[in-house]
Amino acid sequence: MKKLLSILAVSVFAFSANAGTLDDVKNRGFLKCGVTTGLIGFAAPDDSGNWAGFDVDVCRAVAAAIFGDSSKVEFTTTTGKSRFPTLASGEIDMLARNTTWTLSRDVNLGFEFVGVNYYDGQGFMIPSALGVDDATGLDGATVCIQTGTTTELNLADFFRANNISYEALPIETNDEARENLFAGRCDVYTTDASGLSATRAQADNPNKWVVLPNIISKEPLGPLVRHGDHQWGDVVRWSLNTMIIAEELGVSSANVDDSKSSNIPEVLRLLGVEGGYGEMLELSNDFAYNIIKQVGNYSESFDRNIGPDTPLGIGRNLNALWTDGGILYAPPFR
Amino acid sequence: MNIDNKIESRKPPVATTGFIGWLRINLFSNWFNTIVTLLVAYFLYQIIPWFLDWAIFSADFIYNYKGERIIDRSFCSRVANPEEYHAACWSIIIVRFYQFIYGFYPVEQVWRVNVTYFLLAIALIPLLVEQLPYRKHLIKFTIIFPIIAFILLYGGFGFEIVPTNKWGGLLVTLVLGVFGIALAFPLGIILALGRRSKLPVISMVCTLFIEFIRGVPLITLLFFGMVMLPLFLPEGINMDGLVRVLVAVTLFQAAYMAEVIRGGLQAIPQGQYEAAQSVGLSYWQMNRKIILPQAIRITIPSIVNTSIGLFKDTTLVIIIGLLDLLGIGRGALADATWMGLSNEVYVFVALVFFIFTFGMSRYSLYLENKLKTGINMGAD
Repeated sequence: MKKLLSILAVSVFAFSANAGTLDDVKNRGFLKCGVTTGLIGFAAPDDSGNWAGFDVDVCRAVAAAIFGDSSKVEFTTTTGKSRFPTLASGEIDMLARNTTWTLSRDVNLGFEFVGVNYYDGQGFMIPSALGVDDATGLDGATVCIQTGTTTELNLADFFRANNISYEALPIETNDEARENLFAGRCDVYTTDASGLSATRAQADNPNKWVVLPNIISKEPLGPLVRHGDHQWGDVVRWSLNTMIIAEELGVSSANVDDSKSSNIPEVLRLLGVEGGYGEMLELSNDFAYNIIKQVGNYSESFDRNIGPDTPLGIGRNLNALWTDGGILYAPPFR
Repeated sequence: MNIDNKIESRKPPVATTGFIGWLRINLFSNWFNTIVTLLVAYFLYQIIPWFLDWAIFSADFIYNYKGERIIDRSFCSRVANPEEYHAACWSIIIVRFYQFIYGFYPVEQVWRVNVTYFLLAIALIPLLVEQLPYRKHLIKFTIIFPIIAFILLYGGFGFEIVPTNKWGGLLVTLVLGVFGIALAFPLGIILALGRRSKLPVISMVCTLFIEFIRGVPLITLLFFGMVMLPLFLPEGINMDGLVRVLVAVTLFQAAYMAEVIRGGLQAIPQGQYEAAQSVGLSYWQMNRKIILPQAIRITIPSIVNTSIGLFKDTTLVIIIGLLDLLGIGRGALADATWMGLSNEVYVFVALVFFIFTFGMSRYSLYLENKLKTGINMGAD
C-alpha cells in the first residue's frame, strides 16, 4: 500500500513537474505553503489571523524572493498524517512544517529536502526538584512517552545502552503529556527538545522544570518540495540559504539598505548590487534584499519566534552559525 | 339535594403533595434512593460552586485582578499571580472570538457570513413552528437555502471569491454539520429504498455502497477524500479541499441514514404496501404518500441520533488539516501569546457543541411529541 501510494504520488509529481512550479506560482500570484495546525513558536495564527512563526518565516521568505512581498502566501494547515499527501498532490508548493529529514522521506516518498532550518533532537524534561542533571541518572524513572513514535524507540535504546531501567507511561498528545508531567504522574517527559521548551513555557512556574542537556537523537527539520522540479527546489533552498548567509555577513532588516553601499563583495552580490544571481534562479536580482528587508535574517527570525527572549526561550546551541560553535552552514553566495 | 350535608373535602396529606411530596416520591422513596440522592447532592455540592467560581465569579474576562486590560496570557490573573488566582481567563476566547466564529474569513466580507447565519435561522423556522402563515412557501426557501448559502459564503455572482482555506471555526463546523446532514438525508432515503428494491442490480449496488461506507471509519473516508480523490480527477481540475471533505462526510452520513430509514421501512406492516397498491398508487406515489411518512416518523429518534453523532464527528477534520471550531482553539493554544490556557478553550468549545447538540435533541423530542411516534402504527 505504501509503495502504491508513493507510486501514485510520484506520478502526480510527474505531471506537475512538467508545468514548472515556479511559473505556476508566478502566474497564480501567491505561494501555497503547508504549515502545521499550530505549534508554539514554529507556526500559529495570531490574534488577527495572520500566521507567524519560525517555519512560517521560511514560507514568507520564499514569497518575498518571488514577489518581493512576503504577504503573498496562502497557508494550508497540515497534520503529521496529511502533510505528505498534500504536498505530493500538488495542493501546496512547499512544506515548512517541522519535518525531520530522513532517507525514506527524501527518496521513497518522492520529496526533496532543500536544507535544514532547525536542528532538533530528542531530550528530557524533569522537575528541577528531582535534582538530576544528567539523563543517565534517571534510573527507575517513570517516563511519559508518545506511543508509536521514533522517540519511543530512541528512549528504549538510550536506557539500554546506559544499562538503566525506566517505566513507560504511554500518552497520545503533547497536551496529555503536559498534564501528566505537571500532575506528577511521570518524572520525565521525552520528546524533541523544541517541544520540551514549549511544554516548559506553559507551566505555571517554568523555573520548576529543567530540560536536561542530553540529546539522544538527530532531528534535522527543514522545508521540502516535490522531487524532480529542481528549479523550484533551488528557489526554496536559496531563500533559506539567504537568511543564513545574511546572518553570517551581519546583514539584517535594520541595516540592509545601508549594506547596499558596503565594501564587502559577498554582501554586494547577496543584495543584487553586483552580479546576476537572482536571474540565475529566474527571480529578480534583489530577491535576497527583499527577503532580508521583509523577513529578516536567520537570527532575527530565530529570536523573534523561538529565541531566548520569547516564552520558549530556546538557545541557539546546534543552530548557531558554524563560526559560533554551531553547525549552521550555508554554501557561499557566488 | 341536601347541600348542608356536604363534607368538606380534606386536603391530601402534606407528605404526598407539593414540594415535600415530590421529594419523598422522587428522591427519598426508599433507603437505597436516599443514599444515592445524598451522594449525588454531596457530589454536586463539591463540583458546582467550585466550577461556577472558576468559570464566572473569580474568572477574568476583559480586565485582570489589577484592573489591567488582558492582551496576552501574562496578564491573566492566574498566570500573573499563580499563588493566589486559579480561575479561568476567558480573554483568549474574547480576543479571538472572531476566529472562533469565522476562522480567517476576510473582515470586509464577513457580513456575508452573518447574513448566511441569519438566513439559516430563517430557514429553520418553518421546521420548528408549525402554525406559520405561508409555511409552504417558506419551506421552499429552506430547500434552496444551501444554494444561497454556498453563493454567499464562497462567492461568485458578483461576490468576491473567498477560498475555503480562509474559512474556519464555527463556520466550518456548521457547514460540514448542516450541509452534511441536509445532503445525506435525501441520499439516505434513496439508498434505503434502493437496498429494498426488487431489481437485483439496484439493490446490490446500494447494499455494496452502504456496506463499504459503513465498513470503514470516517477518518478513512476523510483521507480518501483528501488524498485519493484528486488522483481520480483529470489533471488541472482542483477540487476544493472543503468540498472533498464534505463529499466524504455526506457519503458517510448517507450510509448510516440509509440503514436507519431502512429500519423504519421494515417496521411498516405489509398491509400498508398492499393497501397502497390496491388503490392503484405507483411505486413513487406509494412511498411518498404512504410508506415514507410513516417510516421517517418512527425513525426520528435514530435520525437525530446519527445527526448528532455526525455533528460531533466533524471535529475529526482537524486530522486532515482543516481548522474547525476545535482546530481554531488548538491553533490559539499554539500561539505563544495564549499558550497554556487549554482548559478555557476546551470548556468553551464543549459549551458550543453542547448548545447545538442539545438543541438538536430537543427538536427531536418536539417532533416525537408532535407526531406521537411512540404509538402503535396499526391502531393509528
